[in-house]
Amino acid sequence: MLSAEEWTVILLSLKVGGVAMAATLPIAFALAWLLARVRFPGRVLVDAIVHLPLVVPPVVTGWALLLAFGPAGPIGEPLQRWFGVSVLFRWSGAAIAAGVMALPLMVRAMRLSIEAVDRRLENAARTLGAGPWRVFWTLTLPLSVPGILAGAVLGFARSIGEFGATITFVSNVPGETRTLPLAIYSVLQQPDGDAMAMRLSAIAVALSLAALVASELLARRAGRGLHVL
Amino acid sequence: MSFEIRVAKRLGETDIAIDLNAGAGATVLFGPSGVGKTSVLNMVAGLLRPDAGRIVVGGRMLFGDGVNVPVERRRAGYVFQDARLFPHKRVAANLTYGAAAGADVAAVTGFLGIGHLLDRWPRSLSGGEAQRVAIGRALLSNPRFLLLDEPLTSLDRARRAEVMQAIEHIRDVLMLPILMVTHDPEEAERIGTRIVRM
Repeated sequence: MLSAEEWTVILLSLKVGGVAMAATLPIAFALAWLLARVRFPGRVLVDAIVHLPLVVPPVVTGWALLLAFGPAGPIGEPLQRWFGVSVLFRWSGAAIAAGVMALPLMVRAMRLSIEAVDRRLENAARTLGAGPWRVFWTLTLPLSVPGILAGAVLGFARSIGEFGATITFVSNVPGETRTLPLAIYSVLQQPDGDAMAMRLSAIAVALSLAALVASELLARRAGRGLHVL
Repeated sequence: MSFEIRVAKRLGETDIAIDLNAGAGATVLFGPSGVGKTSVLNMVAGLLRPDAGRIVVGGRMLFGDGVNVPVERRRAGYVFQDARLFPHKRVAANLTYGAAAGADVAAVTGFLGIGHLLDRWPRSLSGGEAQRVAIGRALLSNPRFLLLDEPLTSLDRARRAEVMQAIEHIRDVLMLPILMVTHDPEEAERIGTRIVRM
């Protein structure tokens, strides 16, 4: 069915998408909680910055990442100096690009679900003697789990589909940064690549469709006040 | 004195003011909707901050003179109008949410008649069952006093009698000071040791 080369692309995509989603999850949740619950000066600005990757051309985001993580960049230089690590042309760089692009979608889904948590239940818990941390761990977090999962699935799907920022930031290296969309783009440049492009595209569509359906079902669960835990 | 409450609060267009000194038993705040009865309970519980005044319950200063005890340390057993059971926890877990280790769950579920509901989810309870679980949950948090916000309004006649009995038991046997809000004269007469009109 699928060639070894195609399997490499698919497994790499799943790895990049999975790592990007897992690493972005806590950051997205913290931002979602901050935006949903805390009134602070500059909140509108933080909200706008979080959403930037959704509207800025991906190639610009990719270039910004290249500047930040490059050998002389504000993040790339200390990474190289302290840990001897560079993410350029590496799958870890592809995961960073995918994570940044997925962040706004994840924050949106999680924020809605945190906002939907009934504050009156939290007040009830406080009258029963629960301090802020206990209220968070026993009510806020478990009650927003459907939104967290919906956001995670959506973020995973978005990560697998990432193209522009990835190819700008970490290029198109077979076996390292060549994920599904980059592989499809590459085979389309070859005269006889149509069949492989077709197979890879079908897989991309199937993965995206499954993720969207899963995310929608989870979000509905949240809307009905049912809970996963 | 069980309750010494003298507070003022402006909420939107409504001015809420109350000056109350109440001894043991059940004190009923009685009056039409919209005069701020629930807001008084919220201020005693610490969920709403008064603009001015003081709140002393059972000799302990909860608010005033620079003191503002956080909600979780006031030890108020608050039973809300809408039971506010935690939807993702079974009845047993709801009951013990605020309970200390070794709390006598059986005694409380016994007199409330909710022992058979422990494995149920809150969404499967009737209004009267949910309200009795809410009362049990408040009692098991080892409160120093009880705040009851229209605990009977959402119930039919038979259920009202059950919950009314439970409240009388708390007043006469457990001897917890009670501050209760209602707009129903019959309820106020039956439960109130004294009635404060608002």
